[in-house]
Amino acid sequence: MNFGPVIDGLPVLLQGLAVTLVLTVSTLLFGLLIAVPLAVARWSGPKWLSSLIWCFTFCVRGTPLLVQLFLVYYGSGQFRDELEAIGLWWFFREPWNCALLTFTLSTAAYTTEVLRGALMAVSNSQLEAGFAYGFTGLQKLRFIVLPQAFAYALPTYSNDIIFHLQATSFASLITIEDLAGVASVMANKTYLHYEFYLTAAAMYLVVVYSVLFALKRIEKSLRRFLYPG
Amino acid sequence: MLDGYGPMLFKGLTATLGVAVGAYCIALVLGVLGATAKLEGGRVTKGVAEAYTFVIRGVPELILLLLVFFAIPTLIQSIVRSISPEFVNFRLELEPFTSAVVALGFIYGASATEVFRGAIQAIPLGQLEAARAYGMYGRVLVVQVALPQLLRFALSGLSNLWLIVLKATALASVIQVVELMRVANLAAGATNKPFTFFLAAACIYLAISAVSLVCIKFIEVYSFRGTEQGAK
Repeated sequence: MNFGPVIDGLPVLLQGLAVTLVLTVSTLLFGLLIAVPLAVARWSGPKWLSSLIWCFTFCVRGTPLLVQLFLVYYGSGQFRDELEAIGLWWFFREPWNCALLTFTLSTAAYTTEVLRGALMAVSNSQLEAGFAYGFTGLQKLRFIVLPQAFAYALPTYSNDIIFHLQATSFASLITIEDLAGVASVMANKTYLHYEFYLTAAAMYLVVVYSVLFALKRIEKSLRRFLYPG
Repeated sequence: MLDGYGPMLFKGLTATLGVAVGAYCIALVLGVLGATAKLEGGRVTKGVAEAYTFVIRGVPELILLLLVFFAIPTLIQSIVRSISPEFVNFRLELEPFTSAVVALGFIYGASATEVFRGAIQAIPLGQLEAARAYGMYGRVLVVQVALPQLLRFALSGLSNLWLIVLKATALASVIQVVELMRVANLAAGATNKPFTFFLAAACIYLAISAVSLVCIKFIEVYSFRGTEQGAK
C-alpha cells in the first residue's frame, strides 16, 4: 500500500466530492419540484393523466440508470443536426447537462411513486375536516395533505436519497469529474488502483452516513408531529 | 433497423440474464448467512455481518465493482509477490463475467441480509411455540412452519431485489462483460447510431422488468393463498 500520492491528491478528491454533492443536491431539488405535481396528479387527477404519469415512472424505474444516461448523452449525438436546427444542441453537448437531466428525471420518477403512496396513506377524515373548515382544494393540499404525506414518505425517501447520491457516481462514466471520476482518473494515472478506490469509498461512506444521521434526526422530529402525545 | 446487430443483442441479453441470475443466487446465499449471523451469531460473526452491510450500504456499486475488479487482483498479486522472490512475475487477472457475478452478488448480498433478517423477525413467536407444543422440532419445525412464513414475509423484498439486480447488471459493461449494455455500446460505436441501440437496450430491459413483474404477481397470489391478505 502506498498512500503518498493519495494524500497529495486529496485536494482534487475533495473537489470531486464537491461536484458529487452539487450534482446530488441540485438533481434532488429539481426532481422533487417535478415529483410533487406529478404525485398529486397521479393521486387525484383524471384516469388518463394518472396512467400517463404511471407510464413515465414505469419506463424510468424499469430500465437501468446507466442506459438512460448513455441514451441522453451519446444518443443525442445521433440527432445533432436536428438539435442544432431547433437550437438545443448546446444543451446536449455538455455532459454536465445530460447528467443533470437524466438524474433529475430518474429521481423525479422514484419520488413520484413514493409520494403517491404517502398521499394515499393520509386519512380521508383529514380531508373532510378541511372541507368542514371551508378550505379550497389547494388549501387542503397545502396545509393538510402535503405536510402529512411528506412526513409519511420520509423514511422511504431517505433510502431513495442515499440510492441517488450513490447513483451520481455514474456521471464519471460520461467524463464528469465527480468523486468517482477523479478517483478513477488518478488510479489510472498512478496505477494505484486500490489506494484511490478505497479512499473514494471511505469518503462516500462518511458522506452517506452523515446524510443518514441528519435524515434520522428529521424523521424523529416528524414522528412527534405525526403521532403527538 | 438494427443493422444486423439483432443476434448480438440477443446474445447480450442471455449474458445479462446469466449475470443477473448468478449474482442473485450468490446474494440469496449471502443473505441467509448474513441474517443468521446477525440474529444467532456470536460476537465475531455478528460483527462481521454488521460490518459487511454497513460498508456496502455506504459505498456506490460502481466503486465496489471497480474495487473488486481492479483492486483485489492487484492486492493478491502484491501479497504473493512479496512472499518470495520466485513469484516476482506472478500475474492474476479475473475473468470479467465471473468477477461481475461475484461482485454484484457480494454487493446485493447485503440487501438480501436485511430482507431475510426482517422476515425472520416477522415470524410470530406463537407460531413456533405452537409447533413445539405439537411436538415438532428441528427440521420439521423449520420446513413446515418457519420457512413458508419466512418466505412469504421476504417475498416483496426479494422481488424488489431481483428488479434491482437486473438493472445493476448494466454496470458489468464497465468491466467489459459483453452483456446487453456493452453490445449496445459496441453496436452504437460501429454504426454511429447510439440512440437506436441504447433505446433498443432500454426496451429490452423494460421488457424483462415487465415480465418479471407479471411473474412476481403470480408468485404473490400463489404464496398468499389461504391467508387474510390473499383473500383481499
